[in-house]
Amino acid sequence: MSMLQINGLNVWFGKNQNRVDAVRQAKFTVAKGESFGLVGESGSGKSTVLRAITGLAPNWSGTMDIDGQSLTRTRPKSFFKTVQMVFQDPYASLHPRHSVDQVLGETLYLHGFSDIDARVVKLLDDVGLGQKFRFRYPHQLSGGQRQRVAIARALAPEPRLLLLDEPTSALDVSVQAEILNLLADLRADRGLTYLMVSHDLSVVGHMCDRLAVMNNGEIVEILDVDALRAMKASHPYSQHLLEASL
Amino acid sequence: METLLDVENLWVKFPSRHGVFDAVRGVSFTLGRERLGIVGESGSGKSMTGRAILRLIRPPGIVEADQISLEGVDLMKLPEKDMRSVRGQRISMVMQDPKFSLNPVMTIGDQIIEAYRLHTTATKTQAYEKSLEMLEAVSIRDPERVMRAYPHEMSGGMGQRIMIAMMLIPNPEILIADEPTSALDVSVQRQVLDIMDKLVKDRGMGLIFISHDLNLVADFCDRVLIMYAGRIVEVCDADKLHEAQHPYTRGLLNSLPRLDQPRDRLDVLKRDPDWSIAPSVSARL
Repeated sequence: MSMLQINGLNVWFGKNQNRVDAVRQAKFTVAKGESFGLVGESGSGKSTVLRAITGLAPNWSGTMDIDGQSLTRTRPKSFFKTVQMVFQDPYASLHPRHSVDQVLGETLYLHGFSDIDARVVKLLDDVGLGQKFRFRYPHQLSGGQRQRVAIARALAPEPRLLLLDEPTSALDVSVQAEILNLLADLRADRGLTYLMVSHDLSVVGHMCDRLAVMNNGEIVEILDVDALRAMKASHPYSQHLLEASL
Repeated sequence: METLLDVENLWVKFPSRHGVFDAVRGVSFTLGRERLGIVGESGSGKSMTGRAILRLIRPPGIVEADQISLEGVDLMKLPEKDMRSVRGQRISMVMQDPKFSLNPVMTIGDQIIEAYRLHTTATKTQAYEKSLEMLEAVSIRDPERVMRAYPHEMSGGMGQRIMIAMMLIPNPEILIADEPTSALDVSVQRQVLDIMDKLVKDRGMGLIFISHDLNLVADFCDRVLIMYAGRIVEVCDADKLHEAQHPYTRGLLNSLPRLDQPRDRLDVLKRDPDWSIAPSVSARL
């Protein structure tokens, strides 16, 4: 069965003459345990798809099914236990005046866990940070360490689907390699499903099994990684994107 | 090759509560009419090198150098007043993020015209004509509309091209580009690079291209300096970057995912303390 099924998804912002259709008739399916990539230029609507799934983009139509459950306007609490998101900029996604312990502890508390103390320790170990980072504030961490905290926070409710919005684009190449390895390990350990947005085709090629190419709010092509590696895109736009990224 | 800029033993220091932090430690290089790339991770001192050349580092930051000569004139010894005529006019700099480098409450046209008239005696009409011409040169369609627009109405790619247009209007001899394309998409990136490439060729400009993207630098520049912890660890020709010897350069290259070589795990850089102790390699010709 599929973990995520999206059919005829439209997302728009503004109304009347200011209306912008950010996503039009998007349709794709992500199987359980799969890693699926969304690529495209900025403004192509790839992040908007993720934001629509989490409920951060209120105006949408179409159907979105998570693990067989259709999403409605309001998300039930169980949704947030299944789906979590990691944002692009680790410098902006952590509260500057909350320590790592508070960030993770609050998330765990909100999801109703009781053994918070043990879980915080475990989460920090899982993302390769260790105990000594527990009482630090974001400004005392490097970009890669912050992104690890953001990943730990996303993992706290034990989700099964992780939405990754350009998780490494703000990081150096050497740190990017560490984070990508961490994400690959976590997926293997926990059987997670990834939906990853990136403009970097080589990152998507490394992380994902299949990918969708978006242009101007529409999915122009869905291809698997072997086709990507062989540079065999059938749509002219995806071919253009492939050539530009070499 | 004639030398435009000669930097010898450049240090940038920041005193802090925990002693003096050396952001750049004894860097030497020369720049001719070429495209010189500086690569390294964040914190390696590459941006500080660019800013130090223009003397943009303010106290408490300290810049020390045996010399920073622009065609024989030592910039370190120039009074601030004369330095002002160097900035923009002879050496200009494109900063990383166009969003923070443009004035948000001034139209783009007014900003470009102001930058141009500051350095020349041109009238407003002449400056307007010249600005339109420059915007066209950086392949902005419909430059008249862009002249009337405010920076927030522009996309990242447009903003970056506007910055480049603004920096190039006084016709500088040297352009320092600090990560000019890292905020841009691959397709726009190519366009911006082509514009800069054309300017180097047509005007014989010297370009210092600061970036963390190794493939891009290998592709685009003539010579590359690799910086680590404030020092130059390796200098090589850009087309031979993939044959680089230093373990740090190799580590950076191997940590990149590649479409043509799928791997299960990426190599992670293992840092050797010797790299930061080793003396800086001179890139003076």
